[in-house]
Amino acid sequence: MTEVSTAEKDVVRPSELVVLKSVNKHFGALHVLQDIDLTIARGEVVVVIGPSGSGKSTLCRTINRLETIDSGTIAIDGSPLPQEGRALARLRADVGMVFQSFNLFAHKTVLENVMLGQLKVRKADRRAAEEKARSLLDRVGVGTQADKYPAQLSGGQQQRVAIARALAMDPKVMLFDEPTSALDPEMINEVLEVMQQLARDGMTMIVVTHEMGFARSAANRVVFMADGRIVEEAAPDRFFSNPRSDRAKDFLSKILHH
Amino acid sequence: MFDFLQGYDVLGAFWMTVKLTLLSAVGSLVWGTLLAAMRVSPVPLMRGFGTAYVNIVRNIPLTVIIVFTSLGLADIFGVTMGASDDFKAQGFRLALLGLVAYHAAFVCEAVRSGINTVPVGQAEAARAIGLNFSQSLRLVVLPQAFRAVIAPLANVLIALTKNTTVAAAIGVAEAASLMKQMIENEAQTIAVGAVFALGFVVLTLPTGLLLGRLGKRLAVKR
Repeated sequence: MTEVSTAEKDVVRPSELVVLKSVNKHFGALHVLQDIDLTIARGEVVVVIGPSGSGKSTLCRTINRLETIDSGTIAIDGSPLPQEGRALARLRADVGMVFQSFNLFAHKTVLENVMLGQLKVRKADRRAAEEKARSLLDRVGVGTQADKYPAQLSGGQQQRVAIARALAMDPKVMLFDEPTSALDPEMINEVLEVMQQLARDGMTMIVVTHEMGFARSAANRVVFMADGRIVEEAAPDRFFSNPRSDRAKDFLSKILHH
Repeated sequence: MFDFLQGYDVLGAFWMTVKLTLLSAVGSLVWGTLLAAMRVSPVPLMRGFGTAYVNIVRNIPLTVIIVFTSLGLADIFGVTMGASDDFKAQGFRLALLGLVAYHAAFVCEAVRSGINTVPVGQAEAARAIGLNFSQSLRLVVLPQAFRAVIAPLANVLIALTKNTTVAAAIGVAEAASLMKQMIENEAQTIAVGAVFALGFVVLTLPTGLLLGRLGKRLAVKR
């Protein structure tokens, strides 16, 4: 489940959906991503954890090129990430992204938020787009809020709408950049439940999070990052019960026992 | 008491002012928005053009620009705006061109400051669902930016209304040119001035009040 065998690499439709090879990125003097190699298989749920400033969010954002990289390659479903332009826009439509701060379009209703990409990128017919938007909103449990504006919703509701907005594009992979970090504690679960359901449905997911419970229950693999490097990768059970690196042990001791 | 008004087409002159104002308002809104789009575009050449345009044009006195359209564009380069025989129409169109060129620079800066009020995450989310640069701008960023800058745009519109008086310099028969004519012919110069001052207040005061209210009503809630 967690490792991709060499035999599978020869299949025409690669089972590796997202492949990062020796990716490097600097923010000025800060080397935020250092020789990152990471492969995510189709249907896999990978949780990225690590102390703040370790480069997790940056890593997540490079995958749909919201952040550019200095060197290395990133490929999605077998094709390398395009430069700016039409091809990049097309690729982004296939990569769903959920942000820490929701980023729902503030001047559009919930329904319009979920329809916009379908209409303008997928060129879907208005009726079909609305039908799909409503069913997705029902699926994430905010169907009754369809005609409200984002500012009228709670954080948890907004984030679930954001998930529906990303799903409306039928993405191949979903990126979650700390989706629950800006939420009040009582709203975290409603968002995690939606994500858990998504994982069960077989969606390929890369989740940057501090929710260790989610990592344990939904992840196929945990990637631990510190200081811009991937320090450790393991199945969640093994990682949480028996971390190999000192850095991970130190991190876990700080967050798990208090 | 208002005898001095007799024989003058004051309303006609103000109608010319209104026409100049409305047409150049639309023109400078369109051109100014395009300039703002250039100034935030990812293409360095466009950014450079937008920046250079704004910094050059807004620092030249409007009178110089308007006079240049007539003495420079029309007389030297033969730009007659499709009205080589009709000097009235030519003057009007040249004045319009000058007013649009000048006020677009101010509209651009107002719109650009509006764009800066829209959180970066909005544009990122737009790009993340696959919208390209112009779609992100048209569908997500600009609609929010405009709502934030209705009041500053009202300022530009008020300034524009009053700046149409400069068109008198190239012979457009708008309010200020009639005022000059009346002051030369009539004894009640203060009354003449007051009539025209009042006329402009009547034009601009509702603009400011109305747009101010509109700005509050359309503000994007976050």
